[in-house]
Amino acid sequence: MQNETIYVLLADDDEDDRLFFSDAIKELKMNTIVNVVKDGQELIDHLTQDNVTLPHVLFLDLNMPIKTGLDCLNEIKNIDRLKNIAIAIYSTSASEKDIEETFVRGANVYIKKPSNFSSLKKVLLEVITLNWQYHTSGLNRDNFLLSL
Amino acid sequence: MKLYIKYDINEICKKILQEQLDKFRLSYAMLGYSEVEIREDISTEKLKELYAGLNNYGIEVVESNKNILVQKVKDAIIEMIYMDDKLPTSKISSYLADKLAHSYGYISNVFAEVTYTSIENFIILHRIELSKKLITTNEISFTEIAHKLNYSSLAHFCTQFKNTTGLTPTAFKRIIIKRRENAMNNS
Repeated sequence: MQNETIYVLLADDDEDDRLFFSDAIKELKMNTIVNVVKDGQELIDHLTQDNVTLPHVLFLDLNMPIKTGLDCLNEIKNIDRLKNIAIAIYSTSASEKDIEETFVRGANVYIKKPSNFSSLKKVLLEVITLNWQYHTSGLNRDNFLLSL
Repeated sequence: MKLYIKYDINEICKKILQEQLDKFRLSYAMLGYSEVEIREDISTEKLKELYAGLNNYGIEVVESNKNILVQKVKDAIIEMIYMDDKLPTSKISSYLADKLAHSYGYISNVFAEVTYTSIENFIILHRIELSKKLITTNEISFTEIAHKLNYSSLAHFCTQFKNTTGLTPTAFKRIIIKRRENAMNNS
């Protein structure tokens, strides 16, 4: 079966979290390509390159130096070419206020970083498959909100 | 003694294909080297046998027909949810099996393989999507939405909404309204 490739991008300043994330995605056995960037500035630079393949879903850490996740979210939503990328906030905070704030600013998914590998895999699988449904089944992205 | 051999790969593949297809006494036409049109209805079992036979020779059928089947399943479900006010009373599995003329087991396996999700989840997702649409576009109560989408109760609807989205219908509505206010203020 030749399923279409799913592009995933992660922006996270923590090296361990990046490794943890890439390993989990690899184990999902989906046809995915993962790219990682280390901070918000690198993220924006990456996305605004010419000819870059835009990710189907961007996982965005909130707490990053230089440019925070929230700054990136605002910036991405203000660039026409980028504003339709599905954004999954990937954060250690789980305050209701943070969650609602990011949704209101245009995030689609809010993930409280799971503490163990198997729940991370489960969460990533859920986000990627659900996002894929929005991508392939003509659903209204404006209504795509998921909190995990 | 040594024999030196020259052969035509395409001719060989064509012969093998013909042999295998002939075995099933099918009416077919070869359209070039990599396309065969089967001109009659063929059962899933027979098709599987044919694929297996071809596989022995390293010939693989590129299964775009699976994608077509999946699309038909999606269309049938979406039609069911969006066109009618009520979900059908017969079981969805037998409804799909009848409509698409395949066993439900086959349909659901193909569906999961291609979409990474199950038919059940797909149905839940689309019901919830429709409820979101109703929440954001109409001034109708959650109770009415639950009824319209054939949920047994408001509680059942709210639970499924929360399980699917991680948010309550109320929080969802609040977020969408705030987003709209922000968009209005920025424009």
